[in-house]
Amino acid sequence: MNILVCVKQVPDTTEIKINPETNTLMREGVPSIVNTFDAFALEAAARIKDKNPDSKIVVVSMGPEQAKAALKECLAIAADKAYLVSDRVFGGSDTLATSYILSNAIRKIEELEGKFDAIFCGKQAIDGDTAQVGPEIAEHLDYPQVTYALEAELDGDRLKVLKEGQDGNMVIGVKLPCLVTFTKPSFDPRYPTIKRKMAANRAEIPTLTSADFPDIDTTRIGLKGSPTHVKRSFVPEKKKGGIKIQEETNEESAAKLATLLSDAHVI
Amino acid sequence: MEAKTKDLWVYVETKEDGSAKSVGLELLGPGRDLADKQGGKLVAVVIGSGVEQAVSDASAHGADQVIVVDAPEFKEYTTDAYTAAMYYLIDKYGPTTLLIGATPDGRDMGPRLSCRLKTGLTADCTGLDIDPESGNVAWTRPAFGGNLMATILCPDHRPQIGTVRPGVFKKSAPGNAKAEVVREEFHVAPEQIRTELLEVIREAAGELVDLEGADIIVSGGRGVGGPEGFAPVKALADVLGATVGASRAAVDSGWISHAYQVGQTGKTVAPKLYIACGISGAIQHLAGMSGSDCIVAINKDPDAPIFDVADYGIVGNLFEVLPALTEEIKKLKA
Repeated sequence: MNILVCVKQVPDTTEIKINPETNTLMREGVPSIVNTFDAFALEAAARIKDKNPDSKIVVVSMGPEQAKAALKECLAIAADKAYLVSDRVFGGSDTLATSYILSNAIRKIEELEGKFDAIFCGKQAIDGDTAQVGPEIAEHLDYPQVTYALEAELDGDRLKVLKEGQDGNMVIGVKLPCLVTFTKPSFDPRYPTIKRKMAANRAEIPTLTSADFPDIDTTRIGLKGSPTHVKRSFVPEKKKGGIKIQEETNEESAAKLATLLSDAHVI
Repeated sequence: MEAKTKDLWVYVETKEDGSAKSVGLELLGPGRDLADKQGGKLVAVVIGSGVEQAVSDASAHGADQVIVVDAPEFKEYTTDAYTAAMYYLIDKYGPTTLLIGATPDGRDMGPRLSCRLKTGLTADCTGLDIDPESGNVAWTRPAFGGNLMATILCPDHRPQIGTVRPGVFKKSAPGNAKAEVVREEFHVAPEQIRTELLEVIREAAGELVDLEGADIIVSGGRGVGGPEGFAPVKALADVLGATVGASRAAVDSGWISHAYQVGQTGKTVAPKLYIACGISGAIQHLAGMSGSDCIVAINKDPDAPIFDVADYGIVGNLFEVLPALTEEIKKLKA
């Protein structure tokens, strides 16, 4: 089985701090990581390869040159080949423009690596949290999609996907080729081995630029080709004036809290 | 696509029993406000099989018009069938704005639909307004795990679409149903639906965790110390009629299943009351619950960041505070 995993390099949002003077995000010194949910997608692909050893896993990322570090990490964990999609004209793309560029990139990579049976993505990126690029790629390629997947296994000419639902989980059968987005499973993704890490460090990662997709509609990419625009961004106001209760004993504190909640009609 | 009307649409998702999910009815509130400002009708769109109850629900919560597609192939949500139906309706009527609840299915359909329409979609909005300069909808949403808010416009493409988190807006009390009901015949051939529901795995009785729909959540974190530490958390939840939640630390330690996790890699919740017990308040947890109306924190560390977002905080040992609080609430309810 030939699987493509789409990954994004993101700042580790748990490490982001707010500058109290300017009330802006401090991005300096924040480590970059492979988006958490994309790592789950890679693990799902690796588990399929565990059972079907003749499978191939290719990873692709759109971003600046530095994103190669994320791709190398994927190579060290489980991927066989990696491609970077990078060009100044792609900068400022919103989700629709990004998914359009990636769908063009996927067709180009297929010329080099063979047709993909499945495309795996993370449910969403932890910096933007939109959960849009995966389903939009599926739409551009006219593939069926399953979102919020926990696990996937090959079952003849289809995938059987365990999907997280609001009223219990579901098993969905989906025809190949398809696109699946993954959320957090019950198991931890595997770690890279030393041997794979060394090989990943030496790996050549080809970069695809706009020159590789001569047929792309340039009115649909970059900042100008994006239907949505950020008008302004701001740091949300912190809640202030919370009441801290610290009575003599914990029992007294609890009694006071119950009274306050009751008076405020919260309970 | 060109807008043919100034109408604002709210996609009203349905439950298994054919009634409307809360979030769709919640959105009719801000939907009315935006529709009035845009100078168009407020239209609810209902898709499903046997969904008369949802049609009445939408009508009673203020829609001017309800467009309904009711056919057997829409019994279960599928990306292919629902996207096709919505695309057909939008192509036919041309609304200027569409609101969708940011439920798992709404977030599955939204991007698929907006991509087919080649228009912009703003995900997981927590604020809606009309931009005074341009007249476009100003969509406000959190990013970077809630550290940053962004206001987004979609100036040149129609319809402008946004998904809105459940619980952000409050459902109005139902009034007199007066909506005009428009029934659309639309069908999807079986071979066009490329996914198949093979099995539904219900959690064991009592294990069903509906955090997104909960009014009150009592969550435990690292401070509960072990699986048995959830007992006082559950006891408090029981007297309050609340749902139990957990932080990533508690889930990763194997004390409780991932289904209970609140936060960036778990559920995003917005209950009326959120009680955090032994949770320090890491950014990734706050991202999932800071939209709650009232936050109570119980933690023995007075410097825990959870107190920064809490409306009420008790600095103390949760194993003494929780049983005492449970008793006090029992007394109040008696």
